[in-house]
Amino acid sequence: MKILKLPKEKLDFFASVVQQFGEVHAPVEQDGQYVFKRLNRWSEARLDYNRTILPPKKYFLPPRETMFRYRPEVGYQPETEGLDKRLVLFGVHGCDIFALNILDQVFAGQYPDPYYQARRKNIAVIGVRCDPDEHCFCRSMRADFVDHGFDLFFYEVGDYYLTLVGTARGDDMALATGPLFEPVTQADIDLYKRRSWAKREAFKLDIEIRHLSEIVEMEYHSGIWDELGERCLSCGACSMVCPTCYCFDVTDDVELGSVAGRRTRTWDSCLFSTHALVAGGHNFRDSRASRIKFRYYHKQRGFVAEYGRPSCVGCGRCIAACPVHIDITEVINQLRGLLDARSQ
Amino acid sequence: MLEVSEIPGFYSPVLSQNPYQPQPARIVRIYKMVPDNHLFTLRFVDDALAMSFSYRPGQFLMLSVPGAGEAPISISSSPSRPGVLELCVRRTGRVTNALYRLKTNDVVGIRGPYGNGFPVEELLGNDLLFAAGGLGMAPLRSLVWYALDNREKFNNIVLMYGAKTPADMLFREELVSLVDRTDMTCLLTVDSDPGGVWKNHVGLLPTMFDHATLDPARTYAAVCGPPVVYKYILERLLRLNFSKNRILMSLERRMKCGVGKCGHCSVGYKYTCLHGPIFTYWDAVNLPEMI
Repeated sequence: MKILKLPKEKLDFFASVVQQFGEVHAPVEQDGQYVFKRLNRWSEARLDYNRTILPPKKYFLPPRETMFRYRPEVGYQPETEGLDKRLVLFGVHGCDIFALNILDQVFAGQYPDPYYQARRKNIAVIGVRCDPDEHCFCRSMRADFVDHGFDLFFYEVGDYYLTLVGTARGDDMALATGPLFEPVTQADIDLYKRRSWAKREAFKLDIEIRHLSEIVEMEYHSGIWDELGERCLSCGACSMVCPTCYCFDVTDDVELGSVAGRRTRTWDSCLFSTHALVAGGHNFRDSRASRIKFRYYHKQRGFVAEYGRPSCVGCGRCIAACPVHIDITEVINQLRGLLDARSQ
Repeated sequence: MLEVSEIPGFYSPVLSQNPYQPQPARIVRIYKMVPDNHLFTLRFVDDALAMSFSYRPGQFLMLSVPGAGEAPISISSSPSRPGVLELCVRRTGRVTNALYRLKTNDVVGIRGPYGNGFPVEELLGNDLLFAAGGLGMAPLRSLVWYALDNREKFNNIVLMYGAKTPADMLFREELVSLVDRTDMTCLLTVDSDPGGVWKNHVGLLPTMFDHATLDPARTYAAVCGPPVVYKYILERLLRLNFSKNRILMSLERRMKCGVGKCGHCSVGYKYTCLHGPIFTYWDAVNLPEMI
């Protein structure tokens, strides 16, 4: 991998150059929290943020997306508007890039999703390193480091950003700045290794995921799920903020006074009571307990069977977003028998 | 429709290889088989597609009714009879209610076929047992006709089908015509016969096992029906020492995409749309919530 370094004071200039690769979006402070949004000026960007409310998946799988427009004389026409828009997401954390790499697998496969693929192709990703806060457990989920899925990745090291160049487009971005980037020295690498080790030691949350899929399987009939079902409101907040939740609903709407319409997909959640409801009224998961169990089962067991690892990346958003304080790390510790469920 | 060449290259897959793209198909016949269970015969508007469209027995389609939405429907016709597709549709949800408002010659959208279908290659040379209750005949019918149209490729064939009354029996006329065939055993039964004209069996579906000779070691059983059918038929098959791998079931789930993306049809760690809808009983034992 090509590795360069950028003097810290040159970041502003780099950001101005990078605009030619697309509309720049970055974390911006909003009411004490952070959101990814279009920058009006570079000074709005907050690269020292902890986490954004919604993950960057909102750019690749928008909360609401028109898939087709329908008119009787032409049938279903795929919607292409917005798919060619070039964006630069500046300041994406490693766990969120890891999550995009997981979504890449879901939206590829036997039937590649062309909407997701087009957006993934046209949106550049520039990663930045981060420090864990009280909700972060990406290290436990082995998602605290990414080696692909970004165009550039910045590691703050001393007076520089050590820069991993992930794609040809990332290389073009570096080259477009002229002589701004410099070659790395052994001293930079040594410093990077020390910083990386220090980060490893900085995590406040740590869970063990080894054999977790077997444990989830064995504890399928555990009372833990009923207790969680009692607490869970089925609000779906954890799914909406999850960087790897991808369930979507598809609906058709007819324009008022017309026979033309559109087919739209919207984010859905397995916690919603209609998720497994079929025509005729039978619901395969009609209790809150069965739905929250399904969410854990799919992330920690189902995904392992399908893709070889849990789909959770340890970003901590569901912990921060849950209105009744259901904490995935506590649930996993309970399942492992490390925590008494009733004491929670 | 926009030409692909008018669009910049990078998102052309949305136009040219869009797995969600419905193809127009014409309703060529509506057969009012049973109230609220009509048989719709469809033909792709594109003639070449109508003739080339291939599928496996047990696969399903995503059916679009403009303005109402999309729903998964199993294919009731057999790939051994190409040209048209037959869908046995129960009027029960938004999409199917909208379909029932359409008339012959109206155009709907179809994409597919999806799912694994029956493992036809594995079934060749074996005995087949079809056991269906109520609406369960709809997904099994494709394999029934596939086997009968390729009769020499299969050994003994036994079909047992139970409905509440003769009037509730799907495909009644054609199934009654199978009763006289000497190259198969067709056992039709009803729970009750209010009209008093039914010439076949009266009694619950599991009692049909008393009229059939089965060799579990070389028989594949295809089972479909409401939960009560699974309960009693599976019990019967296991008692006869059927291997769990030789019991095949067609499952129903909520589906929004059919292609393993939308997440709704997930059971345990499998997607009904990709790994199903045909599962073995062993799958069902292993996958929570399956039946």
